[in-house]
Amino acid sequence: MPAVVSSFRRDLVPYVLVIALLAVIFPLFLDNFRLNLVGKYLSFSFVALGLVLCWGYCGVLSLGQGLFFGLGGYCMAMFLKLEASSPEATKIQSTPGIPDFMDWNQITALPMGWEPFHSLAFTVGAIILVPAVFSLVVGAAMFKRRVGGVYFAIITQALAAVATILIIGQQGFTGGVNGITDLRTLHGWDIRPDASKVVLYFVGVGLLIGCIALSQAVLRSKLGRILVAIRDKEERVRFSGYDVANFKIFVFCFAAVLSSIGGAMFTLQVGFMSPSIIGIVPSIEMVIFCALGGRLSLFGAVLGALVVNAAKTAFSEAFPQLWLFAMGGLFIAVVLFFPRGLAGLLAEHVIPRLRQLREKRTAPAIATKEVTE
Amino acid sequence: MASETDFLLALESVTVSFDGFKAVNDLTLYVNKNEIRVIIGPNGAGKTTVLDLICGRTKVSDGSIRFNNKELTDLREHEIVRLGIGRKFQNPSIYEDLTVFENLEISFPRGRTVFGALTFRRTPEVKQRIQEVADMVFLSSHLHRQAETLSHGQKQWLEIGMLLIQDPELLMLDEPVAGMSVAERAQTAELLNRITQNRAVLVIEHDMKFVESIADKVTVLHQGKVLAEGSMAAVQDDARVKEVYLGH
Repeated sequence: MPAVVSSFRRDLVPYVLVIALLAVIFPLFLDNFRLNLVGKYLSFSFVALGLVLCWGYCGVLSLGQGLFFGLGGYCMAMFLKLEASSPEATKIQSTPGIPDFMDWNQITALPMGWEPFHSLAFTVGAIILVPAVFSLVVGAAMFKRRVGGVYFAIITQALAAVATILIIGQQGFTGGVNGITDLRTLHGWDIRPDASKVVLYFVGVGLLIGCIALSQAVLRSKLGRILVAIRDKEERVRFSGYDVANFKIFVFCFAAVLSSIGGAMFTLQVGFMSPSIIGIVPSIEMVIFCALGGRLSLFGAVLGALVVNAAKTAFSEAFPQLWLFAMGGLFIAVVLFFPRGLAGLLAEHVIPRLRQLREKRTAPAIATKEVTE
Repeated sequence: MASETDFLLALESVTVSFDGFKAVNDLTLYVNKNEIRVIIGPNGAGKTTVLDLICGRTKVSDGSIRFNNKELTDLREHEIVRLGIGRKFQNPSIYEDLTVFENLEISFPRGRTVFGALTFRRTPEVKQRIQEVADMVFLSSHLHRQAETLSHGQKQWLEIGMLLIQDPELLMLDEPVAGMSVAERAQTAELLNRITQNRAVLVIEHDMKFVESIADKVTVLHQGKVLAEGSMAAVQDDARVKEVYLGH
């Protein structure tokens, strides 16, 4: 029984640390602008979490997670845009009551597909279900035919490219290359002031912790071990009586839904959604967040998204042209020298050293205790 | 349509060709319930292909394979496993990143759907069964070791254990003692004799001493066809078998 308690306590340590960092230290020490930036970075942590399960544990590398990030982001943006496009607010348009970019593109009625996004409940449902259904169809089409590895990665990348091309091409329906901008209120609640952004930040942190816990529950179940087994020896898993494709579809869907939630939080905190955030390059960046943080660590992935994005902001302000090279170099260095990322570095070097220090400190205490007894 | 049989496993006129090369050619083979059958033959005779065909890894070009009178040729691998056929590969095929316990747990025949795996619990029954099987395959003191760190022979045993825990009606073993030390071979022969109670076993093996110690009946394959079939002694006396396989 004491062993169970202590392992439970050990499980709680990373939660406590992350909650302390995100919910206490950052809000206390960062100004509103920086806190909002962290909130934006954290929305990418959701994607990185999904990649830990899908790529780290199951070995299925998706280079198109931006697509799912975009699905959630656009669902949320559509809802917010409709609310910002009330007939009163848009009365100078030739067709009042539709989003401004539609008016500019000579569209005179709200497209059918936009209609249900008047409802917040529908929007929230869509943020979960749209990526789930889409990834289910893509996953079933590929995994049932045993398409995997590099081929799968290339196809997901192509899908992300297709999505951006489609969005840019259909600008009357999607806002085109500019994306959906000028978002104002969520059910009447203004999302633009600093106070709202702080609230949204905490909502994001709460959702993220929830998603970490959910992911951890999945990894702790037998399914988590089956994912590792599939990565290790897919064929053997089949001959242990499992339909491997179903497990890959599940984990791909799970990662897609997490990405989508991240996308929705991105839209809420940043105030717009555009194709530049969901294409090939952003999708690969998302894989780098996960790789750098540690693809076998949920907390590492959250950390990776934070660190890389913070570096990106700092670096690209100072040396805008060099950033992409720096990022590429970083990725290569991590893969070569720290295959388990920052989390691996912590687990292999920092934590053992801390433990040594603690043992040194407690050892004399025990010795004196023995003497007094 | 093939006729009903009393045999556990019935392969009838099975042919498989890879780009015109017939790896198995019009092969007919019957295995009884609880029989231990060893398949021998020179390299390239199609031995491993026969196992691949039965377990669905390779699709037949022509012919029928029935298990308890159920046609297997249209089923996928995991469906065949669930009918009660277990397969051990030539090279130990285990999950190196998991512990011995976890390897056996994954092989435990319950919670095989996505939902089942999410809600699977390590009940006392599961733990007890894993312990039992681990005892049988000499790994009970290594349950929490990562499988990667086991010796070659122990990996082979673990894979046998993973099959045992499925409790298959037909067990297929591809060279179970290859790469084992002499002591491990003896231990494995004893293990196989113990676990083959109440189930049929199909074994591919080159080690003649080992074959002799376990086989009820031997089938000699040559160029994808059955060359001879019968007791070990009868097969060894067969002139054609001597010529193509046993040599001298």
